[in-house]
Order: sequence, then structure tokens, then C-alpha cells
Amino acid sequence: MKKTGSHIFVESLIREGVEVIFGFPGGAVLPIYNELFDAPIRHVLVRHEQGAVHAADGYARASGRPGVCLVTSGPGATNTVTGIATAYMDSIPVVVFTGQVPTALIGNDAFQEADIVGITRPCTKHNYLVKDVKDLARVVKEAFYIATTGRPGPVLVDLPKDVLTSTTEPRYPEEIRMRSYNPTYKGHIGQIDRAIKLILNSKRPVVYAGGGVVLSSGAEELREFAEKLRLPVTMTLMGLGGFPGTHPLSLGMLGMHGTYSANMAVTHCDVLIAIGSRFDDRVTGKIDEFAPDAKIIHVDIDPTSISKNVVVDIPIVGDVKLVLRDFLKRLEKDGLDLAAYRDSLNKWHKEIEMWKGVHKMDYNQKMRGKIKPQYVVEMLYKLTGGDAIITTEVGQNQMWAAQYYLFNRPRSFLTSGGLGTMGYGFPAAIGAQFAFPERTVIDIAGDGSIQMNIQEMATAVQYRLPVKIAILNNGFLGMVRQWQELFYDRRYSASCMQVAPDFVKLAQSYGAVGLRAMKPREVVSVIEKALSIKDRPVLMDFHVDREESVYPMVPAGAPINKMLLV
Amino acid sequence: MRHTISILVDNEFGVLSRVSGLFSGRGFNIESLCVAETLDPSVSIMTIVTSGNDQVIEQITKQLNKLINVIKVSDLTGTDYVEREMVLIKVATDSTNRAEILRIVDIFRGKIIDVSQRSYTIEITGDEDKIKAILSLLKPFGIKEIVRTGKIAMARTPKT
Repeated sequence: MKKTGSHIFVESLIREGVEVIFGFPGGAVLPIYNELFDAPIRHVLVRHEQGAVHAADGYARASGRPGVCLVTSGPGATNTVTGIATAYMDSIPVVVFTGQVPTALIGNDAFQEADIVGITRPCTKHNYLVKDVKDLARVVKEAFYIATTGRPGPVLVDLPKDVLTSTTEPRYPEEIRMRSYNPTYKGHIGQIDRAIKLILNSKRPVVYAGGGVVLSSGAEELREFAEKLRLPVTMTLMGLGGFPGTHPLSLGMLGMHGTYSANMAVTHCDVLIAIGSRFDDRVTGKIDEFAPDAKIIHVDIDPTSISKNVVVDIPIVGDVKLVLRDFLKRLEKDGLDLAAYRDSLNKWHKEIEMWKGVHKMDYNQKMRGKIKPQYVVEMLYKLTGGDAIITTEVGQNQMWAAQYYLFNRPRSFLTSGGLGTMGYGFPAAIGAQFAFPERTVIDIAGDGSIQMNIQEMATAVQYRLPVKIAILNNGFLGMVRQWQELFYDRRYSASCMQVAPDFVKLAQSYGAVGLRAMKPREVVSVIEKALSIKDRPVLMDFHVDREESVYPMVPAGAPINKMLLV
Repeated sequence: MRHTISILVDNEFGVLSRVSGLFSGRGFNIESLCVAETLDPSVSIMTIVTSGNDQVIEQITKQLNKLINVIKVSDLTGTDYVEREMVLIKVATDSTNRAEILRIVDIFRGKIIDVSQRSYTIEITGDEDKIKAILSLLKPFGIKEIVRTGKIAMARTPKT
């Protein structure tokens, strides 16, 4: 029996196991919305399409399942571009469905028409324009397959309205085979053996773990691997939680705002084991002085990441989880004396302890003074038992969250690392809350960033989501101000926001709870009150010290061992 | 260093745009580009001439492989291969030099495909050296217009 394109579309989503879609209706997608009205898929109405994509992104990062959005043509589609680019830079599986004008009108400057396939070609893993309803079921299945396999990434599918209204005999493909897309998952055993040999001959090894560990669900294997060989582990911003932050082998985050000991250890290591990381400029600092004495082993699922910025000695293309499992298997064989190796690292570990002693993450909170933003993050950490899902915006708020909230589980820290999108955190928190209705979800935000997607407060209230927002309110675009203080002679050009809303009243106007802390003694009680509210969002407005800066800092262009500590 | 890369792609809507977008987006340079269907109409071959050091060429090859529509990437440079390009050249002629130009065209096994009072349009096919040679011989006469196809290339079959 023939079915319409919109029916086939919804049926295809159900077959993919989609439980929730984040979207915003419009003319071009009305046929789909008609089907969704009584479909067994939950639709979440956002208030801006950018919020829909960030929410799908947060859902995907927290749960490991692909996030799905549905928006209309023209401006609806173009509003998703920032969200798509955010997901692209961090390799997040998100499938975005956009409406499009009827095929006959494409290219005619029709009402609400945009060449979204052309616009998003550089920032999607792949995209499609469905021209024939007979292709629809296959394209939807392919889109999910591409988004979730290999190195994950956003996929966009453009759906012209006449394709949605025309009919065909539906045929839902059972499996996908694409001759031009075959990711490599299993690492080359020869390379793995060479890597093991190199590590066992090293005296100062360091593991540099990134987002790939989280995406691959390889945290268990990483911990076992590190413990077996007593390897110190440092994480990138995207890798936080991929190795437990409170583990004795953890060096903390490395890079521009990383810990002193992590940056020093990497600078002085003789073998750098990069796992699921991509040698980004925020991590490496001055590239030709990054790990200058080290031989480099690089495990990554994407061959283009290997030897892109830094030439490596032993590349291993494969899925992090599977490759680490093979490492562990190979380490069982051949009567290797791993205990002797672990002992041989005593001197190296002592050196690392010494660096840890030289400088720790620190701030000075006087109870009678101004609230320090780091204190707020630390109290959030303590009062949630380190077990909340934390999303962040971008800038100083993001860095303090990374420095002061220690993550022991993967998929607990959702932040826009690659693109650095302000306005990401709040909608992402909404998406994460849908994935885990029982967990505490907190967006650590700045007063600049939170205003970028504040309209999603309506979404959070409508669906009774107990999402918390912690605004580190300093009246500035904090990170910009910090750079202007350090490198532009304190010329605060356009970084002071002279007008700001009363955030408490703003939250209340949406029907959410608004709380404020002006003094250090008020911080703990505000957080406790927020954590106790379970049926609506809570905004906490912390008025913090206005000119606090993030340290350590590696200035742009400097090598990572030349950190500013104060 | 110049590299000639042959890319087998799905003959899907937008593939050319994807590949050229990849080059421009990542700052790789396209010296020439030629693309058309093969025997299998669902597959096309794209021949691109690009340049860069070893690390850049490695990145280009890997990034091309990453594209969903790309089936196979072959860097022909350094292997045994044949290449050809077709060029249409409009050269200025007058009664004094017409014979000389005809002789040059003959030597290079080209063809005259258009004639006017003051010009000949020449069609010539060959590898890079041959094209360079005929262009340098025709330049003194005054070349009015040139259109090139860009190189196409194919690996030689092994002789043993």
C-alpha cells in the first residue's frame, strides 16, 4: 500500500529507535508535523532552531545515541548552521532534517528557500537533498549510519515539501552497504606491538587522552591500560571524564589553561601516547616545541588526524576501545615483566609529584570579600558529589568548570571545545536532561553567553526540566577582558556589558526559579536550594569578582611549558 | 611538488562541489580539474593536478578519502602513467605566416578546426611537454585565445 513521504519519514525514524526530536515547525515541514501529532516519538518544541541543534548535540554527548532535529526551510535551516558546525568540530552524531521548498521551485529564490546543502557542505560529515520519495527511507537510514559510525559527525537531510506529500510503496532497507565508506575499526597488530615495545623501553611516558576516548566508550579500557603500566594520564578539554579526574595517575587537563604538572610532564616526556586526540592548537601551544624529546604513538579512528599537525612515529588507525583492548591482550602475552616496568617509573613519578607541588589550581576566597568564580564551581562540585552532568558556555566559565569540577565518568562534561560556541551550554543541558531525567544537570555559564540562547528557558519550563544554570556574573565578556588585560594594555574595548537584565526576574518571568548570591556566605545555600527543586529550571545568579582571570595560561604562540601562573 | 591525482567518485549530485570545496576550504591548490562519467554511469573519474610538499599531499589524499562519495584516490605521480590534455589555441595569422603556422601544427599532429581572415583555431592533444613546446613556438605569432581541458591521466598496464 502506498504511503506519503512524511509517513515514511516518521516510520524510518521509529525504525532507527529515535525517541525524541528537538524541533521548530514551519510551512515546509507541516506534513511531517501532521504525522508527528500522534506518532510514538516525543517532539520537543524549542524557541530557536540553534537551540534545537545544541539540544540534540547535548542529548547525543550525554547518551551516546544520535541526536535528532527537525526544522523548516529557509531561516529555520540557516539557524541550525552554528549548531551543526559545533557538532562537526567535536565529532558529535546529530542528524538534522530541514524542510525545503518543492523540487520545482528549488533555485528560484522561492519564499523561505535556502541552499542549506550548499551552505553546510563544509561543516557536515555528509548531507543529502532527497529528490525522489523512493529514496527517502534509504537516505534516512544512511544518514543515521554515517552520523554514528567511524568518526561520528553531523549529517543533514534536506526534504522538499513535494517529496513529503508524494506517495510510494515504502521499502525499508535492512542493511546499509556503502562502497565508498568503510571506516577502519581494528588497529594493526604489528603497529600495536611496536608501540608496546616503544613504551616498555621508555622512562618518561605520558598518555594524552582526548574526546575519542569518550566517543568510543573506551574509558574502562583506558583506565586498565594506564594502571597496568602505571602511565600518567593527561586529558584534553574534550577528554575530561574519559579518565577519572580523581585517579592518582591523572595529571589533569593539559594545554592553554591546563595544569602545570600536565604541561610540564608532556614537555619532558620521552614517549607520548596520544589516544583519541588530535593535537589541537589549544593543547600544543607552539607546535615545534611540543613534546620535543618524545617519540609519538597516535591512536585515532580518523586517518586525516594522524600526522596532520605533528608528525608521529607509530600511527595506529582504529577505534579507541578496540585498539586498547588489543593492547591489553598483547600485554598479557610473552611473559612481559610489567611489574618491573612499573617500578622503573619511580623516578618519573617523583618528578611529576614535584611539579604537582610547584603549582596547583588555586584561588583565594575570603569569606568577607567578593565571590570568586572558582569557589562557585568548587561548591557545585562538592554539593553534587562530583556526579552531575555539567555543560558549559564558552570562555572563563568554561575553563573554570574544566579546572575545578573533576569528572570521574565519561559523558558528564558537555562543552563546545572545537568551535567554542557561546550559547551552547543551556540548550545542551536541556538535551542532556531529556537523556537522563533523573540526573542533576547544570549549565555553568557567563553573563554574556547565557543571553545567547536564553529563550530556551521557555522550553525548559514547558517540559518541567529541573535544569540548573549557574551564571558566573562579572558584567564582562570575561575571556576577552582577560586577553585585553594581558596583551592589550587593559584596553577593554567592547568587553564590558553595560546593560544586563536582572537575571532573577528574567527567570521568574518565564516561570522558572531565580536565585541570587552577592556574598560568599550565600553561595552554598543558593546551590542547595537549587538542587532541591525538581520540577522546573533554576537560574542561579552569582555576582563574582569582576576581574578574576583564568590561570595557568599559555599565551598564544608560546610553548606549553611557558605558562603564566599569576 | 606537482601531483596528478585520479579520484573515483559516486556520480551523485554535488560531488564536484564537495571535492572543490574541500580543496578551497583547506587551502589546497587546484591547478586543473577534469571530470566525467566512466563506463559505469553511477561512477565518475575526476583528475586533479595539485601541488604541495609530502605532508600536504598526504593530507589531501586522506581528506579526499574521508569524503563519503569518494570511492578511491590514486596519486599517480611517481608511478607509471600516461597523461593527456587537449588545448584549443586561436593564433593570429596573416599572409606571411600562415604556411609556417600550418607546418608547426603538422609537426605536432594538431588540427586546424576553425579559420578566419586573421586567425586559425588549432586543436592539439598531448602530454605536458608537447603542449608547452607548441605554445612556445606559437607565441611569437600572437596567441589570441586559449582554452584547456585540464589533464586527464591513467595508470599504465604492467608489461609483464
